[in-house]
Amino acid sequence: MSKAPRSVGIVEAQRAVFDEPLALSSGATLPQFELMYETYGRLNADRSNAILVCHALNASHHVAGVYAGRPDSEGWWDNMIGPGKPVDTERFFVIGVNNIGSCFGSTGPMSVNPATGQPWGSDFPIVTVEDWVDGQARLADRLGIERFAAVMGGSLGGMQALAWATRYPDRIANALAIAAAPNLSAQNIAFNEVARAAIMTDPDFHEGHFYAQGVKPVRGLRVARMIGHITYISDEQMGEKFGRQLREGIKYSFDPEFEIESYLRYQGEKFSEYFDANTYLRITKALDYFDPARATGGDLAKALAPAKARFLVISFTTDWRFSPARAREIVKALVDNRRDVSYAEIAAPFGHDAFLLDTPQYHAIVRSYLERAVA
Amino acid sequence: MTLVTRSDFSTIAGWVAPSARVLDLGCGDGSLLAYLRESRGASGYGIEIDDAGVLASIGNGINVIQSNLESGLAGFDDQSFDSVILSQTLQAMRHIEELVAEMLRVGREAIVSFPNFGHWSHRLQVLNGRMPVSKSLPYEWYNTPNVHLCTVADFDAFCARRSFHVLERVVLRDGRRVSMLPNFLGSLAIYRFRRS
Repeated sequence: MSKAPRSVGIVEAQRAVFDEPLALSSGATLPQFELMYETYGRLNADRSNAILVCHALNASHHVAGVYAGRPDSEGWWDNMIGPGKPVDTERFFVIGVNNIGSCFGSTGPMSVNPATGQPWGSDFPIVTVEDWVDGQARLADRLGIERFAAVMGGSLGGMQALAWATRYPDRIANALAIAAAPNLSAQNIAFNEVARAAIMTDPDFHEGHFYAQGVKPVRGLRVARMIGHITYISDEQMGEKFGRQLREGIKYSFDPEFEIESYLRYQGEKFSEYFDANTYLRITKALDYFDPARATGGDLAKALAPAKARFLVISFTTDWRFSPARAREIVKALVDNRRDVSYAEIAAPFGHDAFLLDTPQYHAIVRSYLERAVA
Repeated sequence: MTLVTRSDFSTIAGWVAPSARVLDLGCGDGSLLAYLRESRGASGYGIEIDDAGVLASIGNGINVIQSNLESGLAGFDDQSFDSVILSQTLQAMRHIEELVAEMLRVGREAIVSFPNFGHWSHRLQVLNGRMPVSKSLPYEWYNTPNVHLCTVADFDAFCARRSFHVLERVVLRDGRRVSMLPNFLGSLAIYRFRRS
């Protein structure tokens, strides 16, 4: 029997500096870049037990554990990763990495543009999922990892796992794409566009060069996050959690009266304090652009043909942003290519956010898959 | 994880070509696919709706796709498998005609096994005015998942009416082949057929 699951404990972020330029999908080039990352567990002698964890929209390299002296700083996927957890750090060497263009220390719009000595701001290039994966591959090189036991992620992180499988087929044994889609639907792009419009029309946005003005487009960021939040949870879950509950009764005012209003405002407020507007714009764009089948005339099977990895695809029944039907498109394309793939559709009421929660069947599937696939 | 071997496994394995591509509908814990992988070098996928089955299949290293067979096999292209197998699941399906049609769409051959309702002990129980309960039909009428029980003669007629070409038919009792009065003495029937 395995021991009771526990936290990886105190962790420290590290920084890797890359002086070789990185060519981006847009045609632009990053002259040099830095990646923040964290690692948990120990790399084995033949370097075959590494798992790369890719983050989604608002997360970072801080995947598991806590920072010293900050007990509330738990990593975003701490319930999944740790000793005795589904991604068991007693067996695996787990890497969390912050993507290029993000605002948690890796090179992004808040970094200094070497050409001007000023923060990049809106001059920072637009990056894609493929660019992120290329950056992550450089980090793998740096850490001496020729081939990952697995690359995994939820939502946008699952898209990165897919991109890894096709872009570096020999460098990944297993791909775990959770709550992912082969591309965004028009409705999804529409939500992203509303979020971007909220940010870009905020008077404090200053065309993306707001750092120099000493302001932040917090109002836009708040609205962007509120929109996002509505789409991450299910109608059912929202109804159950908030219903039509009022805080203090009807007051005939525009102050937050319904509980859901106050919840959304709180989420927006919190988010705008730590997230960067230029990063939000770029990450939503990366989501919108991701579409491996664009290069193959819409044929997803053809797009995934180069992949050699074994796949685990997971979706959640009430996720309407990345619905089970979209996950099944990935599965079908893999079956068409005769790839090894398993697919689990988890009954969970939590909408898209379910990938961050610990529904027993979900965690059992990930645990069992990794135990078996990476024996 | 210990794998169970059901009595139809070896017959089915004998009908699956070496290195065949197979699709196992209602694969449970993946035992049959694991057996076919071991004995025939077969590969493919299992389809299972039940959470526990999906989890067990993954634990057994089987490619399993969680899906409801009643909604068809839309995720699979025409004639993309050598054999599509429905092992002891037919009797629990609602839309049998549609499912069998789907099996023959995605597979070159279909292999179907089911408990034979015509076994003498079932007939005897019905004669005595009770719904049959036996080793092959272990449920009471009120808790059975089985909604479409049939006999060997019924399935023969089903295939004949649709002009399916029955390539092989084996009827077993306690894992042994029954050649005399199969519809009376056999408890498990296994068919291999294709479109004619």
